[in-house]
Amino acid sequence: MTLVNTNFEPRLAHRRRIGWFFAFACASMVVLAVFVLGVLLISVADQGWRWLSLDFLDNFPSRLNPEKAGVKSALFGTLWLIGLTAAVSVPIGMAAAIYLHEYAAKGKLTRFIELNIANLAGVPSIVYGILGLAVFIRLCGLGRSVLAGALTLSLLILPVIIIASREALAAVPDSIRLAAFGLGATRWQTVRSHVLPAAIPGMMTGVILALSRALGEAAPLIMIGALTFITFVPEGPLDTFTAMPIQIYNWIDEPDLIFQELAGAGILVLLGMLLPMNAVAVGIRAWHQRRKAWS
Amino acid sequence: MVIVPETISGRQEAQSPSRMTPPALRLRKPSQPAVTSDSVIRAEGVTIRYADFAAVRDVTIEIPDRQVTAIIGPSGCGKSTFLRAINRMNDFIPSMSISGLLTYRGQDIYGPKSDAVDLRRRIGMVFQKPNPFPKTIFKNVAWGASINGYRGDIHELVERALRRAAIWDEVKDKLNQSAFALSGGQQQRLCIARAIALEPDVLLMDEPCSALDPIATARIEDLIDQLKTHYTVVLVTHNMQQAARVSDLTAFMYMGELIEFDATDKIFTTPSEQRTQDYITGRFG
Ligand SMILES: Nc1ncnc2c1ncn2[C@@H]1O[C@H](COP(=O)(O)OP(=O)(O)OP(=O)(O)O)[C@@H](O)[C@H]1O
Ligand SMILES: [Mg+2]
Repeated sequence: MTLVNTNFEPRLAHRRRIGWFFAFACASMVVLAVFVLGVLLISVADQGWRWLSLDFLDNFPSRLNPEKAGVKSALFGTLWLIGLTAAVSVPIGMAAAIYLHEYAAKGKLTRFIELNIANLAGVPSIVYGILGLAVFIRLCGLGRSVLAGALTLSLLILPVIIIASREALAAVPDSIRLAAFGLGATRWQTVRSHVLPAAIPGMMTGVILALSRALGEAAPLIMIGALTFITFVPEGPLDTFTAMPIQIYNWIDEPDLIFQELAGAGILVLLGMLLPMNAVAVGIRAWHQRRKAWS
Repeated sequence: MVIVPETISGRQEAQSPSRMTPPALRLRKPSQPAVTSDSVIRAEGVTIRYADFAAVRDVTIEIPDRQVTAIIGPSGCGKSTFLRAINRMNDFIPSMSISGLLTYRGQDIYGPKSDAVDLRRRIGMVFQKPNPFPKTIFKNVAWGASINGYRGDIHELVERALRRAAIWDEVKDKLNQSAFALSGGQQQRLCIARAIALEPDVLLMDEPCSALDPIATARIEDLIDQLKTHYTVVLVTHNMQQAARVSDLTAFMYMGELIEFDATDKIFTTPSEQRTQDYITGRFG
């Protein structure tokens, strides 16, 4: 078979070289990112590993006696904070996303609202701290409580949850909705039985990423006056609290080298909390992937 | 491979003697099929717009009970648009607006008292592309019944629907497997089973065979033939032979307008309109 038409000049070798070049460029960026992350982790671990022990988790911070210092109050504060934040922001965020994508008419108003939610996701976290201070602490009189902190963090991550959930809903093909409606299903039956099961994995990924962000936030909590040095564990949503990022920030601020090492150990604990959260996200995704195919 | 056309023609003779009968003999009012008194769907001056563009213009038609009505016409002439208007599946297209009168058994489909959810249970739909739910074969068929409060034996219902859709033998051993594991033609028959499990009054089918091979197509045509003892079927098709084979009445649409509506036999032998003649003989479209 000879090529009769001479108007084509395939230049296969050249096109393949370009392909390889970009594959190589992208792969090197992956290596670079993993490398930077690795260096960061190693330097933190190198600083903090000596202090990592069960005692470190079970002791309260101490200025006079750094050798016996621990993160118990911050650890429990953060657990309270994340639990309450999730309880507030996840249902609200998901419901808002479902309303915006499945129910609201696709008019100018909806687009305007969505645009503004996207803008809110970009507002610096300290601004949310100011808002929390004005609304939850001054106006609602919640004091410097863990509830006030959780509500502030909820405001902070709500836009992220809504946007991620909306994307997940948008990824569900319309043919599934039409199939359900064609059988005489109501909007909610369609959403509940077909759209949500397909969208949940994506929604969960967004939720976990948002909560991970809340886990590491210090600025809005400092703004609303979370205590920096406490030696008790919150026992209810209205108790005062401190949190891991604040404790870490606090230690890094101290001149003594030993506190730097304690901060490193604190960072390791914080990272240790992120791991199971991400594992849960991966687990939910895997579970739903299986269910999607086989049930 | 030679066997395929033989089985199809053999099947036609063995199982569908009615196809040999001239449609005129089966119609209650053969001379004026478009105005039978027992029509199920009636359109009067129906115009459907997407924003400013009128996709369906001033269509007046009466679709009779327990008959297969085929809608043919070139691509983009508004067949799907009209079909979707009947069970209000167009409602999901925000720019859509409709004027004129469209009734189902005397009730105004777009009237203030009309309930689209209830309507769609009675007027089922099979889409052009198979769209099974990402669930098991069993749940695909059972779901519609369960949300509509079916109180009988669900297993029996699923089996009956799958048998009627001529797919039972192929899936009876894997009811709990994903519907996505079926071939395209099997998925389409599953979607038909899903629709008829609700025992609808009318079944709208939008090019149900466009993605199917000749064998699956023949099965679905057989099925349509059987369905009309229970249901009114409205079938959109690009396949002229299919319209001729399975339908009792044929409507020809062109650029949004209903050009001609008559007994299938008449449309395909002695159409009154030149444009119909041109289309069925393949001179345009
Ligand atoms: N969602 C929509 N928004 C705007 N215009 C549309 C929409 N759907 C269809 N149309 C237009 O309406 C006209 C009729 O479309 P329709 O899908 O009813 O044609 P059809 O006869 O079913 O064609 P085909 O045989 O190709 O399926 C076309 O011109 C199409 O471009
Ligand atoms: Mg169409």
